[in-house]
Amino acid sequence: MGEFTVNKELDCKGLLCPMPVVKTKKAMNDLAVGEVLEMISTDPGSMPDMQAWAKQTGHELLEAKDEGNIFRFFIKKTH
Amino acid sequence: MAGSTGNGKPKRLALISSKGTLDWAYPPFILASAAAAMDWEVAIFFTFYGLPLLKKELDAKVSPLGNPAMPMKMPFGSEGFQNINWPMPNILMANIPGFESAATGLMKKMFKNKGVASVEELRDACVEMDVRLIGCQMTMDVFGFTKEEFIDEAEIAGAAAFLAYAAEAEVNLFI
Repeated sequence: MGEFTVNKELDCKGLLCPMPVVKTKKAMNDLAVGEVLEMISTDPGSMPDMQAWAKQTGHELLEAKDEGNIFRFFIKKTH
Repeated sequence: MAGSTGNGKPKRLALISSKGTLDWAYPPFILASAAAAMDWEVAIFFTFYGLPLLKKELDAKVSPLGNPAMPMKMPFGSEGFQNINWPMPNILMANIPGFESAATGLMKKMFKNKGVASVEELRDACVEMDVRLIGCQMTMDVFGFTKEEFIDEAEIAGAAAFLAYAAEAEVNLFI
């Protein structure tokens, strides 16, 4: 991963809409402000969904990586 | 916060769920849980055939009968086999005993195989994220439902109460 210190990882591989955003929301509850969640999914729909989710919740999507069959998101809790 | 309307109030989604078959049970719970995950306020008003979706034990079924756009696919076998559509004439479906149960079982299996959450899981997620689940009093009276049959989190109200909520919602959908 490299650039970010990841405080919590969340595996959403194999899950379809809306579970990746639902599980991400729950996982954020366990983080302190400023901490970073790494979420991994296989659903291509999670790419636009996580961008919308970050915009709506105000949490910062530091990076969204498309690695072919795997999508990797780094989200910083902002509030 | 971007998930709010700008004046500090969270965005609001108001859904009407009026159909209780397995296929139609999904959209309200998917949209409600996604919106709640984005910190929106959400309420679903269950009316007419949507009302049984509040029951403690969900028994939603699906029928391809009179539902010509529903793909008839098998959730097992090779990928090629699973992609075959098996259209069946209504007259045939209507006369096979247990056809709906079989179709319901196949749809549940297909959804599970693909990684779609069950309706129960989605409803649980909604409850956990404080989605308001409101049963229609009039439908209860007409079809003879009692509040005891519903999950504890269900509220009961009428059209006016729902509309008062919906009037303050950014997104209103009838499903």
